[in-house]
Amino acid sequence: MADEGVIAAAPQTTAARRLNDPALLKRRYAAERRFQLYGLAAILFGLGFLVLLLSSIISNGWSSFLQTSYRLDVRLDPQVIAPDGKRDIDTLYGADYTTLVRAALAKTLGVDMNNRPVRRDLNGMLSRGVDVQIRDRVIADPSLIGKTVPMWLLAHGNVDSLVKGHIDRAIPEARRQLNNRQVEWVDKLTADGILQKRFNTGLFTYGASSQPETSGLGVALIGSMFMMLTVVILSVPLGVGAAAYLEEFAPKNRWTDLIEVNINNLAAVPSIVFGLLGLAVFINFFGLPRSASLVGGLVLTLMTLPTIIIATRAAIRAVPPSIREAALGVGASRMQTLFHHVLPLALPGILTGTIIGLVQALGETAPLLMIGMVAFVADYPVTPLEPATALPVQIYMWATSAERGFVERTAGATIVLLLFLFVMNAVAVFLRHKFERKW
Amino acid sequence: MSVWIIVGPLLAAGFAALLIGNARARAAVGGELANLHSRLGYYGTYLAILTALPALLALALWLVLERPVIDFAVGRGLPDQVRMMSTPEQTLVTGRINSISEGLPRLSADDLKVVQGARYGVRTIDDAQKVLQANGVVLGSAPEPYIIAAAYDGLIYHNLSRQIMAGVIALLAIGGFLFGYFRIKPRLRARNIVEKVVLGSLISASTIAILTTFGIVFSVLFETIHFFQLVSPDNFFLGHVWDPRFASADNNRGEGQFGLLPLLWGTLFISFVALAVAVPVGLFAAIYLSEYAGPRFRAFAKPVLEILAGIPTIVYGFFALITFGPLMRDIGAAVGLDISATSVLVAGIVMGVMIIPFVSSLSDDIINAVPQSLREGSLGLGATKSETIKRVIMPAALPGVVGAVLLAASRAIGETMIVVLAAGIAANLTLNPFEPVTTITVKIVSQLTGDLEFTSPQTLVAFALGLTLFVITLALNIYALYIVRKYKEQYE
Repeated sequence: MADEGVIAAAPQTTAARRLNDPALLKRRYAAERRFQLYGLAAILFGLGFLVLLLSSIISNGWSSFLQTSYRLDVRLDPQVIAPDGKRDIDTLYGADYTTLVRAALAKTLGVDMNNRPVRRDLNGMLSRGVDVQIRDRVIADPSLIGKTVPMWLLAHGNVDSLVKGHIDRAIPEARRQLNNRQVEWVDKLTADGILQKRFNTGLFTYGASSQPETSGLGVALIGSMFMMLTVVILSVPLGVGAAAYLEEFAPKNRWTDLIEVNINNLAAVPSIVFGLLGLAVFINFFGLPRSASLVGGLVLTLMTLPTIIIATRAAIRAVPPSIREAALGVGASRMQTLFHHVLPLALPGILTGTIIGLVQALGETAPLLMIGMVAFVADYPVTPLEPATALPVQIYMWATSAERGFVERTAGATIVLLLFLFVMNAVAVFLRHKFERKW
Repeated sequence: MSVWIIVGPLLAAGFAALLIGNARARAAVGGELANLHSRLGYYGTYLAILTALPALLALALWLVLERPVIDFAVGRGLPDQVRMMSTPEQTLVTGRINSISEGLPRLSADDLKVVQGARYGVRTIDDAQKVLQANGVVLGSAPEPYIIAAAYDGLIYHNLSRQIMAGVIALLAIGGFLFGYFRIKPRLRARNIVEKVVLGSLISASTIAILTTFGIVFSVLFETIHFFQLVSPDNFFLGHVWDPRFASADNNRGEGQFGLLPLLWGTLFISFVALAVAVPVGLFAAIYLSEYAGPRFRAFAKPVLEILAGIPTIVYGFFALITFGPLMRDIGAAVGLDISATSVLVAGIVMGVMIIPFVSSLSDDIINAVPQSLREGSLGLGATKSETIKRVIMPAALPGVVGAVLLAASRAIGETMIVVLAAGIAANLTLNPFEPVTTITVKIVSQLTGDLEFTSPQTLVAFALGLTLFVITLALNIYALYIVRKYKEQYE
């Protein structure tokens, strides 16, 4: 209201008339509202994309945590397992256990196993891992031979896809993975409760496999764990040591300037270049084995080092000078001040920086591809020098595989990875809030 | 002899030296610890350092030098005909020697005698081959005598080297211990000595950063020079066809074309699309959050945008592969455009979303750094908030924003996993954003995953590409820092 009075009292020059034109004012206010809207739209765009990404991954992946299995009473026929009566390891390893399962399934369905097309269809219902499942149980307890044992046995990947709705039943039989008779069987077994979806522990315990139902993240999880251990053991002492030197002891000359510039540059180098470094130096020159988690850990250490150095420097800088002066005042040397007073007080910041560095290292894929961790590793690595793979690399390998069953597993593995990262980030935030000191 | 057999006792000896040193210092003053120059623990640490450190350093040096020296010694024993062979044949010979060398430690003493006999001509090659095969060493054909000789000699040299190493290390440890033991007296300035050693270790930790940079530059440069000996730099930097054509059975070293231009174009095109998404969204988000948003909205929105930066790039790539790519393709089909599921558009948009947090948080800091007095002056003259931002704040913040955009660009150029999964592998010089292209990073990955022959141009080109990438991103980062520093406004 004061504006009208001011406007009325102002001299009526052209410029003044233009400035006080109410239409122009309305346009300016409209522009203001539009500008604000653009800002809000930008934020909502980012948020929307995030929601789209997470929901797409979760919707594709949650079903991988369930796996269909048959609950069958399998008769461990001694004629099939140990026809000569010998029960030594070689015989037990070589026996054809799949026949026993086929027989049990045939009995449950009430079909004749001697009919060849029927036998073929029965085979298509069972996973190839069924052989190993029974073999491991028999070898663990040979006294079971001759008895009828109830067991949960993995269904074939196609059956799993059908039950989860990934196979379109409307496609003509010739183009479908399961023929009509098999579909009928699946429906009957599901209705009878023999075919069920159970929690997929195999996703976390199996290694690599060519079939989706017997492949899992076991090797990847162990490989990633070895690598994270290597990163923590190597980069924390190196990073904290370097940061402590640069903050407390380094003279301000050209050499230390060069070191600082180098550290900041290293933080911005693309990760794939570190992979090339690892390939050329660690594998080619030092002769370390390819696909070993030790090499992966070394490369990731070099990548995490700048992050830890920068975070530790900030933490050390935050400790007030009065603490240092008090320590020096009671007679401590500079090294004693650093190790007994400054570093313990900077510890929360160092911890947070380390966790953030670990989070970044856990999600890195490109450098690990360079050093050969794209290997098909079926058995658990026992030492860091044996071939292994890592969680994000396993996601990459499954993502580039064509089978439908692997898409679901890739999304499931992604969910596992995101959960790990989320938990680690939450721990970092919690630690930061709990130990934050306001000087 | 495994390394741990040496390291274990060495560390135990160091620990024992710690206790002994402390005890000797205590005894030297008859229990009156105040008469010692330093606190008690430093004397034990001094003795432990003298015992263990020289030995550990010698161990590390020995392990690094062992393999090259043994390889050189074995190589000298090979007959001249091997030196005359072409490189692929030499690699084959080395491979056979290596596979036997790996199997030899598994042999029992009797089996090893058979191989020894074969080396010295007492037993036949066939006997040796049978013994090796029984222990898991698979050889396609009977090995030549010099191959068995080389592998066996390598084993002997290795064992000899380990024995000498153990002796040297034991000598160093004992010598160090004795030297330090007799110097422990109350007047010994143990703390100063220990602190000097600790300072030395801190300095060496900080030079690791320099070593890493040198390592990157030299290792990549070394292999790139090898590459340029096989393919001329003109072909590489100015060539516009990328067709590496791996070596096959009939052509020993395939004639491939290694033109950088399609890859460089793909990288720049995708980064351009990514920045076209990230810069407007990031800037507007930063402006809204710093100027218009209330504290509760800010506390909620800022971390959520940071989450976008924390998601691993493989997840973005996978999302683009299974959801976003087909989505774009279907949208294109609905509108009548032919958008490929792996195209510049798909990869560019997904990468752009990943970069949004870089632009927005850096710009946020820069906008907040502009002093309040400028804002208040502008508002006092009657400008609306948006006019203030457009005409006063943004020009003041411009250098910082440009720096942030350049840093985001360098991040986009170096990105790998999103483009591997979402952009395709067809090297394509096209202006159409709906077609698949490939980038430098994708080609580095595809040239190096698979069987490697380290001297072929197909493998070495990956290093040349890596060096190009490193130089481009380094130049962008330096330029960004330079711009920010040069045009930074000094307020009062």
